[in-house]
Amino acid sequence: MTRNEIISQVNDLLVEEFEIEQSEITPEASMKEVLHLDSINLVDLVALVHVTYGITIPAEDLPKLKSFNDLYDYIESHKAA
Amino acid sequence: MQQRVVITGLGIWSCLGTTLDEVRQSLYDGRSGIIFSQARKDAGFRSPLCADVPKPDLKPYLSRDTRKLMPEEAQYAYSATRQALEHARLDQDYIDTQKVGIIYGNDSVAEATMVALDKFRAAKSTAACGSGALFQSMNSTVTMNLATLFHLKGINLTASAACASGSQAIGLGYLLVSNGLQECVVCGGAQEANMFSVAAFDGLQSFSVRENEPTRASRPFDRDRDGLVPGGGAATVVIESYDHAVRRGAPIIAEILGWGFSGNGDHISTPNVEGPTDSLCLGLRNAGVQPSDIGYVNAHATSTRIGDAREALAIANVFGDLRPPVTSTKGQTGHEMWMAGASEVIYSLLMMKNDFIAGSLNFENPDDDTARVNVVPETRQAHFDTFLSNSFGFGGTNSTLIIRNI
Repeated sequence: MTRNEIISQVNDLLVEEFEIEQSEITPEASMKEVLHLDSINLVDLVALVHVTYGITIPAEDLPKLKSFNDLYDYIESHKAA
Repeated sequence: MQQRVVITGLGIWSCLGTTLDEVRQSLYDGRSGIIFSQARKDAGFRSPLCADVPKPDLKPYLSRDTRKLMPEEAQYAYSATRQALEHARLDQDYIDTQKVGIIYGNDSVAEATMVALDKFRAAKSTAACGSGALFQSMNSTVTMNLATLFHLKGINLTASAACASGSQAIGLGYLLVSNGLQECVVCGGAQEANMFSVAAFDGLQSFSVRENEPTRASRPFDRDRDGLVPGGGAATVVIESYDHAVRRGAPIIAEILGWGFSGNGDHISTPNVEGPTDSLCLGLRNAGVQPSDIGYVNAHATSTRIGDAREALAIANVFGDLRPPVTSTKGQTGHEMWMAGASEVIYSLLMMKNDFIAGSLNFENPDDDTARVNVVPETRQAHFDTFLSNSFGFGGTNSTLIIRNI
C-alpha cells in the first residue's frame, strides 16, 4: 500500500466516521481541532486504525499524533514494520 | 405536604405514528402497526411478525459526537422527549434553571451489546469496540443520554421491570413529585425494535405465528389468540406538581391519582391472578377512588393465552358486575414491552381527551375467562374521566396507574 493510498483511505474513513468534509483535512491541520478529539472521540480514532490496519496505538503514542500527516506517518511506519 | 401530580406534556414515537395527532387518528381508525418481516424470516425467526417502527433522523438536531452514544431505543426516547417537552412548554432556558428529573423504563440493550462484542471478538481487541459502545450498551443508556442532552439535574434513574418498566417509571416519578422531592420529572419507556432484542424471546415460542395475516396476529382477549407480536419505540410523559404547573402556566392534561404495584412471588414467566389483583386494589386505594369511578380499563393483555386470561380474572375480581369498558391497544401496536406502560398511558389519554375508546383490535370472540370482562371490540364515542392502566412483566412485576381528566 503506497503512502498516497493510505492517505486516501484514511481520509475517506475519517470523513465517514467523524462526519466532516474532505476539504477540512489538510496534511498539517490539527486532528484535535478538525475531528473534535476529546477523550471519547480519541477512542474512535484508535478503533478505526486498529480495525483497518491492525495497528494498536498505545496511549503513550497518542500525544505524538497532532496533524493528519503525523497519523499517515504512524500508519505507514507501523504497517511496514 | 402531599402534592397533586399532573401530566403536562406527551410525546410518542410508535408504529401508530410519530406525532400525537397521527397516533390519535390511528387509534380511532383501528389501524394496525404490525407487518411481516422477511428479514426475521430469513434470519430464522419462528414468528416473523413485528411492529413497523420508523427510524428517526436525528442529524438535524444532534451532532455526531452525541448520536454515536445513542442506541436505537435512546433515539426513539429522544424523539419522544423533544415532543413532550415542547408539548409541556418546557423550554431549555427554563429547564436550565430547575432540577428537572428523569425516570425512564428500559430493560435491554441487546443490539448495541451484540455489535460491540462482535467487534471485540472479530478483532481480538477491546480497542475495536469504539467510544460509543460502552454508553450504548448500558441499560441506563436512555436516561444517561437524555439527562445529558436536555441538561436534566434532578433524579436520573432507569426503571427496569420487564414489561412493566414504563409504568413503574411513571409510578416512581409520581411518588417523588407527590412527596415534594421533585417538582418535575420526565418519565417514559423505550423499547428497541430490532430483531436481536427479541430473538431469545422468539425462542420461547411466545410469539404469534399467524404470519399470513400480520394485522390480525395480535388479538388480545380473543379466543383464537396465539401469542404476542413484538413492538417498540418510545413514549414520554412530563409530570409535575400541580402547583408547579400552575406557577409556570403549563397546559394541564390530566392528574395521576394513584399508583399500585405488586409482585407475584411466583413463576418467572407465567402470571397468576392474585398479584395483578393486588396491584389494581392498591392503585385504587392509593388513588382514593372506587371501582365505580373507573370509566375505562386499559389492559396489559398481550395476546398470550395465559396472560390475557389471568388479567381478565384479576379485572373481574376487582370490578365484578360493574364491567367497565376494557381494551388492549396491543391489538394495534403489538407488545411495546419496556415502553408499553408509558405509551399506553398516552394512548388512553388521547382517547379520554377526544371522547372515544379505541376498539380492541381483532377481538372477535371471548373464551370462558375473557368473557368475564367487557372487552370493547369496535371504536366507539365515549366520554370518561378516569381510567386505569395495567402493566405486568416477567418475574411477576405488576404496576397499575390511575389517571383522571382535568
